[in-house]
This record gives sequence, C-alpha cells and structure tokens, in this order.
Amino acid sequence: MTVTTEELKALTIAQVVDARGTSCPGPILAAKKAIGGVPVSGVMEVLATDSGTLKDLPAWSKKMGHEFLGSFDDAGYLHLYLRKMK
Amino acid sequence: MDTTRKTIILFSGDFDKVMAAFIIANGAAAMDDEVTMFFTFWGLNALRRPEKVATRRKSPLQKAFGAMMPRGPGRLALSHMNFAGAGPKLMQRMMRQQNVMSLEELIATAREQGIKMVACTMSMDIMGLRPEELIDGLEFAGVASYLGDADEANVNLFI
Repeated sequence: MTVTTEELKALTIAQVVDARGTSCPGPILAAKKAIGGVPVSGVMEVLATDSGTLKDLPAWSKKMGHEFLGSFDDAGYLHLYLRKMK
Repeated sequence: MDTTRKTIILFSGDFDKVMAAFIIANGAAAMDDEVTMFFTFWGLNALRRPEKVATRRKSPLQKAFGAMMPRGPGRLALSHMNFAGAGPKLMQRMMRQQNVMSLEELIATAREQGIKMVACTMSMDIMGLRPEELIDGLEFAGVASYLGDADEANVNLFI
C-alpha cells in the first residue's frame, strides 16, 4: 500500500511521539512506550531524526502486528505513521 | 520454537560489546520479545556496583581478581582503541553528542522492560564475586537454566 505524503498529512493522529534527537534504539523504545495509549485502529505519528528509523519502525510495526502507513522528511526530521491494529 | 523469545550470553566485559548486547536486548524487548541475558565470566563486570562492597570469606586470589576487574559499566575498557582508558571516555563523549543512550541508561531500561538478567554462579565463584557486589534484580543460575530458555528461543547470541 502506498500512501502519499498528502494523505499522511491528512490523517487524524491519535498520538504523537517525539523521538527526535534519540538514536537507536530510542525511537522504537519511544514507540513501544506510547502505543499503549493509542486506541485500536488509531494512528500514531513518530517524529525522529535518526535515519535508521525509516527501516526500524516498519520492522517494529510488522513484528508488533501494526500497519506501517508511510513516512516523509520535513524540515530536517522524519514523520512516520502507523496504525494500531490490535 | 517460539519467535518471541531471545537469549543473549554476555561473556565479554568490553564496553563496546556490552553496549551492543544491551541495545539488541532492549530492541527485542521493545518488540515484545521475552529476553534472557546470561552474564558469565567478564560479562559479570557490567553488573558490578560501582562502589567497593565489603565481602567476607574471599581468598587472597579472589580479592586480587576483584580489585583488578572493573566495577560496573563506567569502568569497562574498549575492545579496540582503549588507549589505557581514554578510549571509553572519548567514546562516551561521542555517544552523548549523538544522543545515544549511555550504558547505564541501557541497563536501567533493560530492567524497566522486564528483561531477565541472569548471573552465572559458577563464574561468580571462580572470580570471587558475591551477589551483594552486583546490582539488584538479578537471578542467579547456571548453564541448565540458560539452556532451558535458549531451547524456547529463536535467536541466541554469544557476545
């Protein structure tokens, strides 16, 4: 599934996780901590500066059974989106 | 075989290798895996309390071992480019600059995430390390306990 940047920007966000400035494994630790507060089928947005997060968050989502929606780079940091599936 | 269990043997007491072990362990725990870390030989030094702990009934050789080995994560040496202790300090400075979690933080996070940390009692006996010299929250066991966990895991690392 390919989601365009415009579609990502239009999503209703249940929770924003700011992991900017942290390095591996900071962003997935932050995602793990925050996902509990997201309702099922809600969207979580992760902000990150570590470029490895582009690969790590999809892998984390897959393993956890959530749907990774996509990402874009804006103003020097990353916005990544996933939908909580269970 | 379960894909939600991981076991890591930490044999090395080198700062960089201990870092790697805790990063992998914390990553796995963040992915909801049950993680067992088994600390043996030099790896036990990562679990030592930084302060000197008075202990009884140690042989002179065990005392000498205890005095020569590093006490805790702040005193571990690098496996390469240690430069008589300057290397780890430089590495730690670079880690701070890059916002990488410190080893102390990684160990604390491992405990928060419920990672099972097991100290090898046989190694402790050889090296004369007593439970009171190690941080709280550890289990004390031997090879069968580790193998029991490894049997149920799909990843096992020896670091």
